[in-house]
Amino acid sequence: MTTLSEDVERRGAMIPRPHRVRARRQVSHDTWTLELDPVDGRPVAIGPGQFTMLYAFGIGEVPISNGGGGPGEENRLVQTVRVVGAVTRALCATEPGGVVGVRGPFGNTWPVARARGGDVVFVAGGLGLPPLRPAIHQVLRDRDGYGRVLLLYGARTPADLLFLDEIETWRQAHGVDVGLVVDAGGPGWSGEVGLVTRLIPGIELDAGTATAFVAGPEIMMRFVAEDLHTRGLDLDSVHVTLERTMRCGVALCGRCQVGPTLVCRDGAVYRYSDVGPLLSVKEL
Amino acid sequence: MATDTSSVLLPDALEVIVQELRGRGWRVVAPVRRNDAVVHDEITSVTELPIGWHDVQTPGSYRLEHRGDGAFFGYAVGPDSWKRELFPPRAALLSARRDGRASTDGPGDTAGTGTDDGAGFVVTPAVPDRRRSAFLGVRSCEVAAMEIQDRVLLHGHHVDEDYRARRAQAFVIAVNCTAPASTCFCASTGTGPAVRAGADLVLTEILDDDHRFLAEVGTTEGAELLDLVPRRPAEPADVAAAARAVQAARHRMGVTLDTEGLHDLLLGNLEHPRLDDVADRCLCCTNCTLACPTCFCTTIEDATDLSGDVAERTRVWDSCFTLRYSEMHGGRTRTSARARYRQWLTHKLATWVDQFGSLGCVGCGRCITWCPVGIDLRAEVAAIRADQEAGAGREGASR
Ligand SMILES: Cc1cc2nc3c(=O)[nH]c(=O)nc-3n(C[C@H](O)[C@H](O)[C@H](O)COP(=O)(O)OP(=O)(O)OC[C@H]3O[C@@H](n4cnc5c(N)ncnc54)[C@H](O)[C@@H]3O)c2cc1C
Ligand code: SF4
Ligand code: SF4
Repeated sequence: MTTLSEDVERRGAMIPRPHRVRARRQVSHDTWTLELDPVDGRPVAIGPGQFTMLYAFGIGEVPISNGGGGPGEENRLVQTVRVVGAVTRALCATEPGGVVGVRGPFGNTWPVARARGGDVVFVAGGLGLPPLRPAIHQVLRDRDGYGRVLLLYGARTPADLLFLDEIETWRQAHGVDVGLVVDAGGPGWSGEVGLVTRLIPGIELDAGTATAFVAGPEIMMRFVAEDLHTRGLDLDSVHVTLERTMRCGVALCGRCQVGPTLVCRDGAVYRYSDVGPLLSVKEL
Repeated sequence: MATDTSSVLLPDALEVIVQELRGRGWRVVAPVRRNDAVVHDEITSVTELPIGWHDVQTPGSYRLEHRGDGAFFGYAVGPDSWKRELFPPRAALLSARRDGRASTDGPGDTAGTGTDDGAGFVVTPAVPDRRRSAFLGVRSCEVAAMEIQDRVLLHGHHVDEDYRARRAQAFVIAVNCTAPASTCFCASTGTGPAVRAGADLVLTEILDDDHRFLAEVGTTEGAELLDLVPRRPAEPADVAAAARAVQAARHRMGVTLDTEGLHDLLLGNLEHPRLDDVADRCLCCTNCTLACPTCFCTTIEDATDLSGDVAERTRVWDSCFTLRYSEMHGGRTRTSARARYRQWLTHKLATWVDQFGSLGCVGCGRCITWCPVGIDLRAEVAAIRADQEAGAGREGASR
C-alpha cells in the first residue's frame, strides 16, 4: 500500500499526494473523467471553480479543474481531462487501480451562493462544462433558492458535447433551460449550429437579478460577456475562469501572470468587470 | 543603522571574520575575480577578494580596471547575484519511487477493473541544503532584492521550502556602496546606496589616510561575531568619513529612473510605439532575467532514471523572454518580442506592485550591463514618459 510519509504532510504545497484512480470513464473521443481516492484516506476538500495540479509519474504535472460535485461524488476528486499533450495523455491512460499525484486544491471558487435569489445562467464552451459542473450541482441541490437556471453549451461538433445524459436530467428533473449548439453539425444533428453566443438573444432571464458563470476559450468568454451585457447584465455579475500555464499553482512560479494578477492565486475565477480590460489587450 | 554600536575595523580584522566563520563551519561566499568579471564564490581568505579592482559598466559592456589602491570593495555588482545562493538555477523538489507495477497502457475505457495495490508511488521531498553560508560584501540593492524575493517566496500564502531553508541559515555581511557603476540607479528605487536593514553586519569602506571599515551591527548574531574581532569604537570622524563616502556614491550615480507615477505611466501605455522600437532591438536572449536579483520565474523539470522507477522533479529558472514561458495547449500568449519585453518591463516596474506590494526592481543595473544590445530600461521608460508629457503639454496648449 502506498503511504505518505509524515514529511510530505508537513512540507505542503509542492508535494503531490498519491491518489488512486477509482474509476475512469471515456466521455468523448479525446476526453476522460477520472475519479480519484486519496491513498492516505484524507480526501481533498475542493470547491466549485478550484483546481488541482495532477501529476503523472515521471512525466509531469498540469492544472485540472474540479469537475465533480455531483450526487454520490462526495469525498473523492472527479476531474475531466482532455488529451492534448504528454501529461494529459498519461493521466488519461492511468487505469483504475493506478496512482496519480494530486496537489491542491488551489484557486478561488465560483461565487454560487451570492447568486441566490436571482436567475443563473451557465455558459460553457467546449471543455468549459466540467469546471462549471460543481457550480451547477451546487445550484441544483438548492434549486428553490434560485430563479431560472439556464445552461448554454457550445462545442465544436456533436461528438464533443459532454455529459448529455446528465444534462437531460438537469433539464427534466430540475427545470434547467438548456441550449446546445455546435460549430459544425453533421448527419444526425438537428440542433443549432454556430457559436454559443447565438443562443443569448433568445434566452429569457431577469437581467437585474441574474448572475452568469462562463467557462471556455478566452475569446468565447469575451463575446459571451459582451452579449450578456447587451442583454442588461452588469459585468460585475458575469464570472469567468481564466487559463494560463502553471507550474506551481501557488503563486511561486510566476507563469500564470495576466497583468496585475496571478491566475492561480487571484483566480482562476474572476469578475468580468475586473479582467475584461486585461483580456482585450493583445498578448498581455 | 545605529551608530552607538558602530566600531572601526582594520583590513586585517576582515580576515579574522572570515576565519572565525570558517572555523565554525560556515561557507564564506564573497566577490572574487574570475575570467575578467567579479562573480561570487567560496573564499578561504579575504585576499581572494578582487582587491584593487574596479568595474567600468555601461549598457551592454563590462570591463575590470586597476584602481591604483587597495580597496576591498571598490567595484559595483557583477553578473552574479546572491539569488544564485538563495534561489539557485536548479533545485531538487522531490523524488518519487514506484512501489510496485504500474499501469502504463494507452487510453482505453476500462472503468472498474483492477485494484492492484502495488501500482502506486512514494513521494520523498528533497532535503534542502543545510550548509550555513555567510555572504560577505552584499550591496544595499542586493539586500533589498532578498527582501523582494522574501515577499514572493516566503510571505505569500505558500512558501518555497528550498528558499526558506537557504534564507534561514544565511548570514549577511553587507557593505554600503561607495563605488557605483554608471548603470546603477538604486538611489532612484530607494534601495541604496546605504543599507538600511536586513543585514547582520554592515561595513563601510573608508579609503582616506588609513584604510579602515566602519562596522555597524544589524542583528545580535552580527554583534556576537563582531565581539570576536579586533576593533576600536568609532569616532565621530570615522562616522562622518563613512557618510561622505556613501553620499559621494549617491551623487556619482548617473542616469536616474523617475519612479513618480511609474505604475500608471506604464500600464497606461501598453501599446506605446516605443515598445515596437525596443522589440526591434531585443534578442529575447533572457540575459536580463537571469542576471536580475529579483526575477523568480521558474519551471519544473521531470525526469526518470533508466529503470523508470524513480522520478525526480526539479525547480529550474525560467524567463518570460522565452516562447515556452507562455505556451498553453491552445497556443502561446506572448509570441512577439514586443509582448515579451512589455511583460518584463511592466512586471518589474508596475504589476509587481499589484502582485506583491513592492517594485520588482532594485536599481542594480545588471539587466543594462548584461544585455548584449545594451537595452537600458531607464531609457525606455524615459522615452515613454517624454512622449506622455509632450502629449499632455500639447493637450494643455490646445485647451
Ligand atoms: C486553472 C486551469 C484549469 C484547467 N482545467 C482543465 C480541465 O479541467 N480539464 C482539462 O483537460 N484541462 C484543463 N486545463 C488545461 C490543462 O492544464 C492543459 O491542457 C494541460 O496543461 C496540457 O498539458 P499536456 O502536458 O498534456 O500538454 P503539453 O505537453 O503541455 O502540450 C500541449 C500542446 O502544447 C504544445 N507544447 C507544449 N510544450 C511544448 C514545447 N516545449 N515545445 C513545443 N510545443 C509544446 C504541444 O503542441 C502540445 O500538443 C486547465 C488549465 C488551467 C490553468
Ligand atoms: S530589473 Fe534590472 S536594474 Fe532592476 S533589479 Fe533587475 S537587473 Fe537590477
Ligand atoms: S532586453 Fe537585452 S538582455 Fe533582456 S532579453 Fe532583450 S536582448 Fe536579452
